[in-house]
Amino acid sequence: MRRSVLAAIAVLVSVGAGIAADDPIKARKELMEANGKTTKAVVPMMKGQAKFDLAAVQAALNAYIAAAEKAPALFPVGSEKGGKTEALPAIWMNKSDFEARFVKLGTESKAALAAIKDEASFQANYGPVLKNCGGCHELYRAKEK
Amino acid sequence: MKALAALIALALIGAGAFWFLSAPSRLDPQIAAEMDKPGDARAGEIVFWVSGCAACHAKSADEPLKLGGGKELETPFGPITPPNISPDPDDGIGNWSAQAFARAIYDGVNEEGEHLFPAFPYPSYRHMSVADVRDLWAYLRGLPKVRGLSPPPGFGFPFNIRRAVGIWKRLYLPRLAPPEAVAAADPIAYGRYLVQGPGHCGECHTPRDFLGGPIASKALTGAKMPSGKGKSHDITPTGLKDWSESDIELALTTGITPEGDSLGGAMAEVVRNLSHLPKEDIHAIARYLKAGP
Repeated sequence: MRRSVLAAIAVLVSVGAGIAADDPIKARKELMEANGKTTKAVVPMMKGQAKFDLAAVQAALNAYIAAAEKAPALFPVGSEKGGKTEALPAIWMNKSDFEARFVKLGTESKAALAAIKDEASFQANYGPVLKNCGGCHELYRAKEK
Repeated sequence: MKALAALIALALIGAGAFWFLSAPSRLDPQIAAEMDKPGDARAGEIVFWVSGCAACHAKSADEPLKLGGGKELETPFGPITPPNISPDPDDGIGNWSAQAFARAIYDGVNEEGEHLFPAFPYPSYRHMSVADVRDLWAYLRGLPKVRGLSPPPGFGFPFNIRRAVGIWKRLYLPRLAPPEAVAAADPIAYGRYLVQGPGHCGECHTPRDFLGGPIASKALTGAKMPSGKGKSHDITPTGLKDWSESDIELALTTGITPEGDSLGGAMAEVVRNLSHLPKEDIHAIARYLKAGP
């Protein structure tokens, strides 16, 4: 039983890695879209129009932390082409800055996770985490056509 | 022979007319007198952020108060590098008078009396109240002095002729009475002022014609970006019909859209600047954008 579970996980992991390696453009698009959905769910709370939900906020922050760890591998050299992508060539010209920004997103998400206990600390700490999205999109995402 | 004389006469008249029509305008005497009053640097700080000076005149977003000249901008007419407007007396504008500064804002004319290219958004800034310009001047005077000069614009002929900008101004910038201060107590009117004046939203969101002049009838309906890359959004009530006032406020302060996406490109910088504004000012902008002109 245990062996088959492990085998199943191994298969899933290799499939996951396979997707990342074979089609990083698709994989990173899905990751970014998931980030958008995560954020969209929190927006009404930020605007004070939905009840503050600590568990939902923590889940969102954990999703950012996971995404920040996964993302750099989804921009391998060579994936600036080969599909419809909004990722700009500047990513591969400034790889260390680009990757440092994901580290910063992860670090700040973890700090917010520790700091947010109630609605007031949520309002104070959540917005600054999201500044990381725009900071990266400013430099590394193509503008609307 | 007669024909040649007539031709020369016509050419001279033409040249004379061009020289006359393209002359840089003088600063309104009422504004000049008002600029002599002391400005409030603290109030000027808010004007600085809403005007987004740092976006073009600072080299690094991490040091927005060092206005030693910015990064090269792409325009349809060629590249231009915003100049040093730090208070350095040699390389910046430390030796300018308050009136010279006001003339740049209201008339688009530099201290030497030359036309400035409208990459500097004086077509919007000239709607700013004299009080705001005076306060902004007081604030800019206290910023760090930075050395260094920007290269001259790389515009091709005939767009490199500064005098020609005088004709452009006659086409697109009708004469204005000195703008009055708008009371913040009326959010829609104040929002309109922030959007049309210091905020200079129309510079990117209003389409331009082939001479780079704003098409007034299409104000804020979204446009090709001046760099030629990408498009700005329609921010009229029609374009923002799916956005509530609170959506606009959230986007302008955090960069997050109602869809959970984030504003990128030049808007990311705008959001950084606007995050220094009081909540009431952001609210006024949102109210006005939803209400429409």
